[in-house]
Amino acid sequence: MSAVPATWRPRWLTVVGVLAVVTTAFTVWLGLWVTPPDVVQGNLARLLYVHPAVATVALYWAGGVACAGSLLYLWPRTRSFFWDRLAASAVEVGAVFSALTLVTGSLWGRPVWGVWWTWDARLTSTALLLLLEIGYLALRRVPADPHIRARRCAVAALLVAIDVPIVHFSVDWWNTLHQGGTILDPGFELHVHGSMLWTMLLSFVAFSLIFVWLLAVRYRIEVLEDAVGDQELEVSLAERWSEDTELVGAGSGTGGSTPGGSAP
Amino acid sequence: MWHDAVLVAGKDLRIEARSRVALWQVVPFAVLVLVLLAFAIGPDQTALKHAAPGIFWVALLFSTVLAIQRSVAVESGEGTRDGLRLSGMDPAGVFLGKAAAVGLQLLALQVVLWAGVTFLFDVRVQVVWLAATACLLATVGLACAGVLYGALSAGLRVRDTLLPLLVLPVLAPVLLAGSKVWQAALSGSVSGGTQWLKILVPFAVIYLVVGVVLYGPLQEAA
Repeated sequence: MSAVPATWRPRWLTVVGVLAVVTTAFTVWLGLWVTPPDVVQGNLARLLYVHPAVATVALYWAGGVACAGSLLYLWPRTRSFFWDRLAASAVEVGAVFSALTLVTGSLWGRPVWGVWWTWDARLTSTALLLLLEIGYLALRRVPADPHIRARRCAVAALLVAIDVPIVHFSVDWWNTLHQGGTILDPGFELHVHGSMLWTMLLSFVAFSLIFVWLLAVRYRIEVLEDAVGDQELEVSLAERWSEDTELVGAGSGTGGSTPGGSAP
Repeated sequence: MWHDAVLVAGKDLRIEARSRVALWQVVPFAVLVLVLLAFAIGPDQTALKHAAPGIFWVALLFSTVLAIQRSVAVESGEGTRDGLRLSGMDPAGVFLGKAAAVGLQLLALQVVLWAGVTFLFDVRVQVVWLAATACLLATVGLACAGVLYGALSAGLRVRDTLLPLLVLPVLAPVLLAGSKVWQAALSGSVSGGTQWLKILVPFAVIYLVVGVVLYGPLQEAA
């Protein structure tokens, strides 16, 4: 079996990876040592530098890329496996970030609300988003013709995307325990100030870079998986052909025909 | 489109009328879920009355999955889906027809479930129009979302295990809003119920529109 062909591995991916590490390191330093504890919540407020950024990536970046990629795949003029793979990668990375959103929210909720979990509109809709993403990934794993799988997954991703605005507006539509907008309220009034604001904004940059890096790496794995799948198919076909040729050879050697002597 | 919808709905309902799978399998299953959930809660009549709306909607949701699987299964015969696709029917019409057939079966099922919770849990709906409106709106949403996901899983060998995983999280808002409306209808609080109808309306409209638009691409992928 020949080696997997060299695939897309651009230089900018390394740059984004390095930038993600640097900005994350800065966020950790600012978040743990430079910024002061909150007046009310004390050190718990430091989760502010993780949870909103992770949730933003899970909901808007991953949701947006998955939705756009699926639409562009379904649109006949822009139909390409690039969009299919990008959307699938976005959903998978998005599922990881959705799970992280629930975990970090739960860690914060236990000391502040007194419970690990509460049936609040935003928590429930985020949990549903994770379940929908897991459903999409299960659908993605089902073997099928690549075109059929891509079309099916594109529709499934668009159906998952219906939950994204519900999660976003849940804090406005229902009277939830979860607070409203973290940095800005609907009147665009700032809630966070000073070094805490800058650290928080840096955390958004850091997690967005991590998202881009993970998305690109996952995309690359999709390409490699498809290449390996194609190669395995070719090898299996070649083996089958050689078996048949041997049978034909053996059959003609004894002077009679065999049932396996015909071409597959 | 409407003509095609009527044809497809008529076909599916005729198959159901002849095979009686819905009558002999889906309806008994729904009643079984009612009884099993009552076992889980215990014989405390107050607790059962309190849980009755949730039990009704959980039973309906699980039965919806069976109804959808049945709706997909009638097209799974050799070349049936291809035949439907090559018939030249409008995909939107096919979607509406299949959703209407599932919806009518779900409505009949809800009559049985309503009678079941009244008889088994001794509950009486105070505001009948409120509970009935929730059932009607939920039926549209459940049927449309269900048929759409049914088409998504059609033709897959793992269809039976994959469909519940895909569709139950999607139907969860119906369970939530339907239970709340029924709680309000049981206690006689109209305002508390109408507030939750606001979730059932967009749910039904969104899946109806999305189904009409996306059923075509899905039919080609099946």
